[in-house]
Amino acid sequence: MSRVWIFGQDINTDQIVPGRFAPIMLKNEDDLRKYPFVEHRPDFAGTVRPGDIIVAGNNFGCGSSREYAPLALKMVGVGAIVAPLFARIFFRNALNLGIPCFTADLTAQLRDGQEVELNLEDGLILTDDGRRIELPPPPVFLREVWAAGGIVPFYRQHGRFPGESAQ
Amino acid sequence: MAQTLSEQILSRAAGRPVRAGEVATVAVDLVMMHDSLSPSIIRIIEDELGAGQVWDPERVAVVIDHVAPAATVQTAEKQNEVRRWAQRQGIRHFYDVGRGISHPVLVEEGVAQPGMVIVGSDSHSTAYGCVGAFGSGMGSTDIALAAATGRTWFRVPETVLVRAVGTHKGVPLRFRPGVSAKDLALRAARELRADGATYAAVEWHGVEFLTVMERMTLATLSIEVGAKAGIVPPVGIDVQAPEWLRVEEGASYSRIVEVDLDTLEPQVSAPSFVDNVSDLSDLGRVPVDVVYLGTCTNGHYEDMAAAARILKGKHVAPGVRMMVVPASRDALLRATEDGTLATLIAAGAALGTPGCGACIGRHMGVLGPGETCLFTGNRNFRGRMGSPEANIYLASAEVAAATALTGYIAHPQEIL
Ligand code: SF4
Repeated sequence: MSRVWIFGQDINTDQIVPGRFAPIMLKNEDDLRKYPFVEHRPDFAGTVRPGDIIVAGNNFGCGSSREYAPLALKMVGVGAIVAPLFARIFFRNALNLGIPCFTADLTAQLRDGQEVELNLEDGLILTDDGRRIELPPPPVFLREVWAAGGIVPFYRQHGRFPGESAQ
Repeated sequence: MAQTLSEQILSRAAGRPVRAGEVATVAVDLVMMHDSLSPSIIRIIEDELGAGQVWDPERVAVVIDHVAPAATVQTAEKQNEVRRWAQRQGIRHFYDVGRGISHPVLVEEGVAQPGMVIVGSDSHSTAYGCVGAFGSGMGSTDIALAAATGRTWFRVPETVLVRAVGTHKGVPLRFRPGVSAKDLALRAARELRADGATYAAVEWHGVEFLTVMERMTLATLSIEVGAKAGIVPPVGIDVQAPEWLRVEEGASYSRIVEVDLDTLEPQVSAPSFVDNVSDLSDLGRVPVDVVYLGTCTNGHYEDMAAAARILKGKHVAPGVRMMVVPASRDALLRATEDGTLATLIAAGAALGTPGCGACIGRHMGVLGPGETCLFTGNRNFRGRMGSPEANIYLASAEVAAATALTGYIAHPQEIL
């Protein structure tokens, strides 16, 4: 089961991981896992479980280019992020790290703390009250990158960037 | 068919005509990385991509600006790793502590040029639009791939046009007294909101009268409305623009926002979202503890000079600390030569090393709980400059100087 974590709109990368907790500021880079939402939602890092879903409002991940923001979410095992609109650098970073991001507004359909089942293959969320929520299928070039496990494995496998036809 | 500036630049870089909406692989002209993300970028280049060499050491720039000089033993150690790597790679455009913030430095050095595709490990890499380049910020993995291969991919953006207008027919537009490029940018952010140009580019028209660094104010704030790039057409400044790069009549814009400079007043962005903007005159009386003049948005020579005109012969209000952190060594030198710096220091300002300073809350004047700061930077997110219980207001250098004198957020005309 996955737990739903509801967030508001315009969640910025300083809220996800403040710049003062950047890996270059830490003694041990693995400590990054302690800092996702450290100030914005202090209970998150300690209680999030692998496979949990972030369901946010508009413009998730706006702000800086710091890849350690989605990396921290990956380190604690966030299974998917759903928001009506993602800030573009965050979206690319999450894609590159292989974190599934779905463009949809589910903040009114799900409750904070709700237990759901996330089925990434079929793009489905099954709720504890028996509802099936379909996630919009991402464009083909994004699915290619996820399938490879991120942009680096994609590039190593194919020797090209997504969307570019094979030579 | 007519193209936007982004379509022109990305078409050349893709080697075929491209239009908004399509995904294209493009050749990059320059890759910038800074001290904060370079250690992770280098690790990805070496360990994950298995690349011993960057694609072209002449076209990868490395700048130590985010924590410059180093604040802790860890940052010092990591910066040394970056220095050694840059040396091994033969990176020609390596700029160390004190040279300044990557964005103004690469423009001053002539490395960033009109028509280029420039990707940087910093979200404010939209800055290079000040000379008519397509500058875009990316994270470590994308930058590592670009540095290793000389290529990247983009979804070619739609373009949002922001046009400065006014009644000064036939003569260049100008701002009212005490108003500057920052106010134009914040006014546009107020209109577009934080997501108004997400996945799009912004073109800034009607601003031929601005200097390169004033244009950088517009270009850096473009990311705060979500933009992929923020480009000012390269006319009216001393750069060699390629012939194919010019505003074409009939280019299609997804949205047009006009800002009337005849009525534009000083703007202030209140905590803790950049688009939380109002006219200064509607703000009420906001006392401040710290005034911070700096960053790639408004730490330029022009900003220091504007502040010095207001502070000349006067002194910062009791109980207010004023920090000045020049955006670059060139800006600092120029301010030294013409007395601007002496004026600021005599007025009570404290001077920091050119670089990012406290913009990301790591050193050189971070804020404590409960403090209020008037900041000339580009982000007022909670916790951005230190304590999450500090309040950050964004405004121009002119407003910063007036605020330093009065102790509350003040209109420059109150002073002059
Ligand atoms: S001054 Fe601030 S916004 Fe500009 S590059 Fe440095 S950290 Fe980024």
